Order: sequence, then structure tokens, then C-alpha cells
Amino acid sequence: MNTTEKPSAGSDTLSDNALVDLAAEFKNSRIQEVLDKLDRELIGLVPVKTRIREIAALLLVDRLRKQFALTSETPTLHMSFTGNPGTGKTTVALRMAEILHRLGYVREGHLIAVTRDDLVGQYIGHTAPKTKEVIKKAMGGVLFVDEAYYLYKPENERDYGQESIEILLQIMENNRDDLVVILAGYKDKMDRFFSSNPGMRSRIAHHVDFPDYSPSELMAIAKLMLGGQNYRFSPDGEQAFAEYIPLRMKLGNFANARSIRNALDRARLRQANRLFASKTQHLTKVDLMTLEAEDIMVSRVFQDNGPETKTSDTK
Amino acid sequence: MMTNPGNRLTQGQFSFLPDLTDTQITAQIKYALSRGMAISVEYTDDPHPRNTYWEMFGMPMFDLRDPAGILMEINNCRKSFPNHYIRVMAFDSTQGWETPRMSFIVNRPKKEPGFGLVRQEVEGRRIQYTIHSYATDKPESDRY
Repeated sequence: MNTTEKPSAGSDTLSDNALVDLAAEFKNSRIQEVLDKLDRELIGLVPVKTRIREIAALLLVDRLRKQFALTSETPTLHMSFTGNPGTGKTTVALRMAEILHRLGYVREGHLIAVTRDDLVGQYIGHTAPKTKEVIKKAMGGVLFVDEAYYLYKPENERDYGQESIEILLQIMENNRDDLVVILAGYKDKMDRFFSSNPGMRSRIAHHVDFPDYSPSELMAIAKLMLGGQNYRFSPDGEQAFAEYIPLRMKLGNFANARSIRNALDRARLRQANRLFASKTQHLTKVDLMTLEAEDIMVSRVFQDNGPETKTSDTK
Repeated sequence: MMTNPGNRLTQGQFSFLPDLTDTQITAQIKYALSRGMAISVEYTDDPHPRNTYWEMFGMPMFDLRDPAGILMEINNCRKSFPNHYIRVMAFDSTQGWETPRMSFIVNRPKKEPGFGLVRQEVEGRRIQYTIHSYATDKPESDRY
């Protein structure tokens, strides 16, 4: 079984009946660490995780095939991430860069996150060099185009975005080994973007949709966020926040995990204010760490909704 | 006496060696990038040693992580100027250096006529020497 010890890029091929050890190769790639981290740090997002697992498996099997000189074309790994705000598109993209790097698909594994402003120029002849500069920076890693639908503005036919799209398309086709392009944006707008740029749609192999989080997932996210900042809920506080989440979800411009983070930031402010106002001389470590129910209950969300909605909602 | 057969231009690093392959160029660029240098591609058809400033092919490239982008620019430049000298320069901005620290030729004309020595007799039969590139006898764009 020493065959698995060989670097996958080795030029010597194995005989037809040689055995390769998938498990060992999997272990060597240390991909499990990344997947575990993904499971630990990203709550929910089952379809996304499944897709990442599939891609990881494909790349791993490809590596084994290479040992038998079964060459296949490098798989296209350009992706589009669609989903509502705050569903973790950027976070997953970052993780994606790391996974692809572990699998040896990209050489450096860095992520360059850009928006329309970084790609599209302001006057004729400005766009191409600007786009190319960004692409050159992203080579060896992942180019993440956030809110990619802004690149295409159908209402203005002289918009330079189209030029940028064409350069991107060309690079996505010709420099497949050098970089992976991930386009991200809201679902409906991205669908419109793809329907008006069929070339873009066909060059992207993986369309991954990020689902919204359920209240229990949001609660888990909140706890994870607080843990990262060395805070925690008191039992009452947790109860209050569990009541807060469905109320907040009903309000407009709810941005999933991002709204939760903002709510927690406000709760921290109130906690600090409460401690300050209490004029207690001696605070324990636990006092400084704990968010109480009152830090959350003063939220505008509870006040705007009448008591009857609150009771009906929380049961 | 023929001291430099083929009249190969010897400027910058590696110029006495056979031409670098793309793999070797990539390795050199990788080294420069690992030191955080900014890399630029330049070309000229006037190879005089005192011609320090060559034409820039696009902007210098900052903050790159991978040599692929630079190799792409080199190949673009080779396509535009197949018969010019093309060099890659790496500028080190660390304090105390602030200067190009690497420079090597990645493309040469097929035929390099080389340099001649011009002797000019001045007053008192003193001799002044000039190094003259045969290529520059012809107008620009006809040189190689």
C-alpha cells in the first residue's frame, strides 16, 4: 500500500491492477479537518455542505485517477452562490478557498473579494486593465464577486459592466487551472443576471443555493457568535432571545445571521450600560460575560409588537 | 576575436545562461513574490547598456500571490513584440532597498547583431570610445 505515499502529481503511473487507498489519500489531504471545521462553525446550510463534500470527493478521486494516468479534463469549479442576505455566502467562499487549496486545486488558496466597483472602470478603456488587474491578483486562489448581478445593467447599453463580464468569461475559460471564480448575489437578481448572460451560466458548473436559517439555527448561530466573543446568555436571557428571533424574522429587512449579529451587538451595549448604571462596586467575571433577559427585552422589536402578538408568537 | 558568439545581450540576471524556460521564469517570479516585490514587464529594441529605462508593458503588478498572472502578461508582451527584448523586473520596496532587485531577460530577437566599438580621435590624438548597437542604425520598428 505504499502507492498512496506517492505525491499525486508524480509522473510515474501505476499498473492497471495496482491498488490505491482512498481512505489514506483522504487522510493525507487533511480535508476532513476543513470539513469538520465547516460543520462546527457553520450552522445549517445542509445543501451547501453536501455540495462541498461532493466537490471534495470529486477532486480526491481525480487525484487517484491521475496515479493511473487516467487523465480527465480539469473540472470547472466556478460557482455561483445565491441566497438571501446574511446566509453565509462570503464565509463559505472563504472556506472554499481553503478546501480547494488543501486539495491542490488552487495553488495559493487566498480569496480576493470584489464588487462591481473593483472591476468596472469609469471611462472608456478603463475597465479592461482594472478587471485584469483584479484577476491577476486572484490567480492561484479564488475570485469572489459579491453582488455580481450589478455587473450587468440592461437599462444602460453603454455600461462598461458588459466588458468586464466578457473578460471574466474569457479568463474563466482559458485560465481554468489558475483561478476559481465565485459569483454571489441574491437569488432573484442572480437568476435575471444569468438569463441575460447565458455564457456565464454555462461556464459555471456549480449553482449553490443558500437556504434561510430556521429560528433554532439562528439561536445556535447566536450562541456560537457569543462564544467567540467570550459572552454567554443567562438562562433567562436565552429564553428572551429565543422569543426575540421569530419576532425579528417577521420584520422587514431581516438579514439572517447578520441581523442576529447586530442584535447581539446591541445587547452587549445594553449589558454594558446596565452594569454601568447598577453602580455595583464589584463585578465578577460571570457578570461581565453574561447577557441577561433585560438586555434583550428592551429591544424595539418587543415594543413595536403589541403584547398580544408577542404571546401568540411565543406561546 | 569573437568573445560573445551569437552576440547575445548580457544584461541582468542569468543572461550568460541559455534562455530561461517558462517553468524557470515562474520559479524566479515565485521567489520575487515571496519577498513581496512588485513585478513589471518591460520591452525595448534599443539594447544599449546605458538604456536603463525600457518601455513599460502595462502597469507594474502589485500584491500578486501567484506567478500565473505575470506569466500571462509576459506572454501577452511576447505576442505584441515577438522580436524585441523583454525583461522582467522585480522592485523591492523594503526600506533601505527601494530599488529593483531582480531583472532578467525573458525574450530576445531571433538575430542579435551585437555592438560595435567606435573610436573617435579628438584633439591631441586622444581616442574616445563609444559602444554602438548595430541594431539602432535602422529606424525604430525595423531594428529586428
